[in-house]
Amino acid sequence: MLAVPLTGCGGNWQSVLDVEGSAAISLKHLIILIVAVCSVVWMLVMVALIAALWRTRDAHPTTPEPVRERRMTLAVTGAVVATILIISTFTVLSFIATRTLNVAGQDDLTIRVRGLQWWWGLEYIGPHPSQRFETANEIHIPVGRNVRLKLEGLDVIHSFWVPSLAGKQDLVPGRSNELTIRAERAGVYRGQCAEFCGMQHAHMALLVIAEPQEDFERWAAAQRQTATPPIDEEAAAGLQTFLTKPCAACHTVRGTAAAGTTGPDLTHVGSRRTIASGMFETTRGSLAAWIADPQTIKPGNNMPLVPLKPDELRAISAYLASLK
Amino acid sequence: MTRPATAPDTRDIDIERTRLTSTLAETWKTPPGFWGALTTVDHKIIGRRYIFTAFVFLALGGVLAALMRLQLAQPEARLIGPDRYNQIFTMHGANMMFLFAVPVMEAVAVYLVPLMVGTRNIAFPRLNAFSYWIYVAGGALLWIAFALDMGPDVGWFAYVPLSGPQYGAGKRADIWAQMITFTELSALAIAVELVVTIFKQRAPGMTLDRIPLFVWSMLVTSFLVIMAMPAIMIASTGLILDRLFGTHFYNPAEGGDVLLWQHLFWFFGHPEVYIIFLPAAGMVSTMIEPFARRPAFGYLGLVMALIATGILAFGLWVHHMFVAGLPRLGDSFFTASSMAIAIPAGIQMFCWLATLWDGRPVFKTPLLFIIGFIVTFVIGGLTGVMVASVPFDTQVHDTYFVVAHFHYVLIGGAVFPLLGAVHYWFPKLTGRMMSETLGRWSFWLIIVGFNATFFPMHILGLEGMPRRVYTYQPDLPWHGLNVFISLSAVVLTAGFLLFFINVLKSARFGEVAPDNPWDAPTLEWATTSPPPSYNFAMIPVVGSLHPLWDERDTLPVADGLRTDRRELIVTTLAAAEPQAREASPRNSIWPLLAAVATTIMLIWSIFSPWAVVWGSIPIAVALIGWFWPKGTPEDES
Repeated sequence: MLAVPLTGCGGNWQSVLDVEGSAAISLKHLIILIVAVCSVVWMLVMVALIAALWRTRDAHPTTPEPVRERRMTLAVTGAVVATILIISTFTVLSFIATRTLNVAGQDDLTIRVRGLQWWWGLEYIGPHPSQRFETANEIHIPVGRNVRLKLEGLDVIHSFWVPSLAGKQDLVPGRSNELTIRAERAGVYRGQCAEFCGMQHAHMALLVIAEPQEDFERWAAAQRQTATPPIDEEAAAGLQTFLTKPCAACHTVRGTAAAGTTGPDLTHVGSRRTIASGMFETTRGSLAAWIADPQTIKPGNNMPLVPLKPDELRAISAYLASLK
Repeated sequence: MTRPATAPDTRDIDIERTRLTSTLAETWKTPPGFWGALTTVDHKIIGRRYIFTAFVFLALGGVLAALMRLQLAQPEARLIGPDRYNQIFTMHGANMMFLFAVPVMEAVAVYLVPLMVGTRNIAFPRLNAFSYWIYVAGGALLWIAFALDMGPDVGWFAYVPLSGPQYGAGKRADIWAQMITFTELSALAIAVELVVTIFKQRAPGMTLDRIPLFVWSMLVTSFLVIMAMPAIMIASTGLILDRLFGTHFYNPAEGGDVLLWQHLFWFFGHPEVYIIFLPAAGMVSTMIEPFARRPAFGYLGLVMALIATGILAFGLWVHHMFVAGLPRLGDSFFTASSMAIAIPAGIQMFCWLATLWDGRPVFKTPLLFIIGFIVTFVIGGLTGVMVASVPFDTQVHDTYFVVAHFHYVLIGGAVFPLLGAVHYWFPKLTGRMMSETLGRWSFWLIIVGFNATFFPMHILGLEGMPRRVYTYQPDLPWHGLNVFISLSAVVLTAGFLLFFINVLKSARFGEVAPDNPWDAPTLEWATTSPPPSYNFAMIPVVGSLHPLWDERDTLPVADGLRTDRRELIVTTLAAAEPQAREASPRNSIWPLLAAVATTIMLIWSIFSPWAVVWGSIPIAVALIGWFWPKGTPEDES
C-alpha cells in the first residue's frame, strides 16, 4: 500500500484534539472541560469506594442505627444535589456551545457535498453560474472564511467529518443538511465518512485543503477550465482508450466526449492529491494499479474491472496523470 | 376462594411432611428423559436452559469480537475481507444485544423471580416454554445464516436505505429483521409472565415494600420490554414490507422517510439499554446485602430510581440522532433528558456506596464483581453524560469513543453484575459452590483485560477513528493503540475462559452447597439448593423485607393448597393478601409444536408473503391443541 504523505501539519491530522477550525477549537475547549470535571467526579467516587471498603469499623451490629442512617441520608442527598448541579451546568454549556456552531453569512462560499458509495462528489456553487464546477474527494477552501457545505446523501446515509475543523453532520437521502467549516490556518485536514455506509465504509476519506485566498482563487480558476488536451502521443492514445472503453460511461472529463455521472469527475484528477477516496497518492503508477484491479484494492466498490491490454493501461494512466 | 369437593387427605395441612414432599414431587415433576425435556414447563429447568443458551451466545459473540481484534491489529490487514467483516460486526452487535444481553437477564429472572417471591412456578408456564423454543429458533436462524455467508451485514441497527431493497441485496437484512421478530416474541412473552408473577403470585405478606430489589428491577424491565418492543416490531415490519412487497415506508423518492426508521429503532433501542442495565442494577442491590452484611441503604430511593430510569428511558432516544440534522432546539431538549438519567443512576450508586460504607464487607467473588462494576460503570455513566451533550457528540459520535462508552456501560454495567450473580446464585442453581480461587483469578483477568481493551478506545475515538471500519490506513496514527487493544483482548478472553472453566468444573466437582451459603435474606435461600420441582413444600409467609434475617429458623408458612394437582396462591397486588388458589398448567408438548409452527411461518415469510397465510394454519392447530381441555385435575378450576 502506498502511504499518503502528511503535508501542512505535523502529527495527527484527523483528530478532535489537534484542531485548526473555529468550530473544532470551541468544541475542543468544551470537551476538555467536561472530561476534566468528569475525571474529578470519578476520582471522588473511587475515594469514597476505597474509604467505604477499607475503613476500620467498630464491631457494631448489622441492624441499621437511626443516627447513622440519618447521617448517610444526608451524605447521599448531598451527592445527588451535586450530581444535579453538574449535569445542569453541562446542559447549559452544551446549549450555548451548540448555538455558536453553524453560523454562516450570506456571501459565504457554498459547496454542495454529495455522499456516494464510496466517494465524495463536490460541486462549487459561485454567485454566478459560470463559476460553478465539479470535483471529487478533495475540498479546497480559503483560510479564515466561513464555508457553507450543503450535505446530501445520494444513495445511503453518510456522515461528513473532518474533526480538525468541525463536528460531523450526516448526509441523509431525501434531506439537505448544512455544516459550516472555517479553517484558521492553512493546512491539509483529513476527514472520513463516519456513518456506516456499506462494504467500503472504511475507505471513504476526503481531504480539506485550506490555503490563502489567492492560492484558492488560482486553484478554483484552474478547476473551472476544461481538461488539458493530451500533451503527447501516449496521452492522446489514453484519451482514445478512455472514450472507447466503458470509462466514459461513468466518468466526466470536461472538454471531451466523456460525460458519465456515476463516478467521480476526472477533469482534473491529476491535480488531486489522492485517488480512490484517499487510498493512494495520485501517481501514474497508482492510477494504473487502480484501473487494473479496482476490486482487489477496494473490494465491493462500484468501479468494474475493465480488461485492458498493457499498452492501453499505460496510455490511460499517462493521460489521467496528465489531467492537472 | 373456591373450595372444590376434594378428599381431605390431598390438602397439605392434612398430611405429614414426608408424604407431603413426595406427593408434591409427584405432582410437579418433570419426567426424566428426552420427552420430559421437551415437555417441561418447570421455570427452573427452562430458566437454567435459557441461561446456558444465552452464555453459549456470549461465547460465540466473543469469538466474533476476537476475530475483529485480529483484523484490526494491523493496518490494511487482509485476514478478513470487508464483506465478512461487516457481517461479523453486525452479528456481534445483534447477537450480544438480542441473543445474549436481554435474554440472559430475563433468563435469570425466569429462574429466580418465582423463587424470590415464594411461588411454585412462573405465571403462564407453557408460554414460558414456548418463549424458550422461539428464542433458540431465532438464534439458530441468525447463526445458520451467518455460517452460510448469508449473515446480516448492515449493522445491528440496520439503518435504511442501506438495509432497504435497493442497497441491501440478498436476504441478509431480512434475516436480521426476522431474527428481531423471534427475540421480540420471546422477550414479550417473558415480560408478561414476570409482570403477572410479580403482581399476583407473591407470597402472602410480601407487600410492595417487601419486594426484593432484583424483583422490582425485573418488574420495571418487563414494562420497558412491553412498551419498547412494539416500536421495533413496527420498524422491522415496515422494513420487511419495503423489501418484500415494495412499499415505501423508508424510501424518500416515494414520500417515505429515512429518519422514520431511526426514530422507531431508537425509541426501542434506547430503552433496550435499560432493559439490560436495570436487571443488573437489581442484581447488585440484592447481592450487596449479604456481602455488606446489612440491608441495602435507601430501599425506597433504589426502587424510585429504577422506576424513574424506566420512565426517562423513553425520553432520550434522539441522542442517537444528534448528527442526523434534526432541529437544534429539539436536540437541546434531548440533551437535558439524557443528562437527567444520571440522577437516578447517581442515586443508586450513592446508595450502594453507603451500604458498603456502613456494612462489614465480605470479600468473596460476587462482591469483587460488584466493586469492578462500580469502578467501570461510573466511567461508562460519565462518558454517557459526555455524549449526551450535542456539541460533544458531534465530535465523538460513531467513533471508537462511543464503542468504549457503551462497552463500559454494557460490560461494566451489566456483564460484571451478571458474572457476580452467576457466582452468587450458582449454588442455588446447581447445588454446588463455584471455586473461589478460580473466581478471583477470572475476576482480576477480566477487569484488567477489560479496561486495557476498552479504555484506549476513548483515545482512538478522539484521534478520529470511526466505528465499523474493517481496516484503516497505515499512515493514520492508530496502529499502536490497536495492537495494544488486540493484545489486551487476549487477557480479557483468558479471564472469560477461566470463568467458563470454573462454571463447568464447579458444576461437576464443586463443594456441595448448603441451602443458604451466603446467609442471604431473600426467599430463594429458604428452600433447598437446588430447589425441588415444587420450590417450597409450604408457601412462606413474609413479614419483612429480609425474611431470612428477621425470622431466622421460624419462617411462617401458608397452608391449604392441594397436593394432588398443581396449585399455587394468588395474592392481591399491593398488600399480597391471599385471594385464591390457582391451578398451574402441567407439562405439555404443545408449546414446542407451536414454536416449530411459528418458526416455519416466520422463516418462510422471508421468502414469500404467502407464508403468512398458509403458515398460520399449523400455528392455529398447535394453539388449539395447546388450549384444548385435557381432563387433568388442573382443568377443574
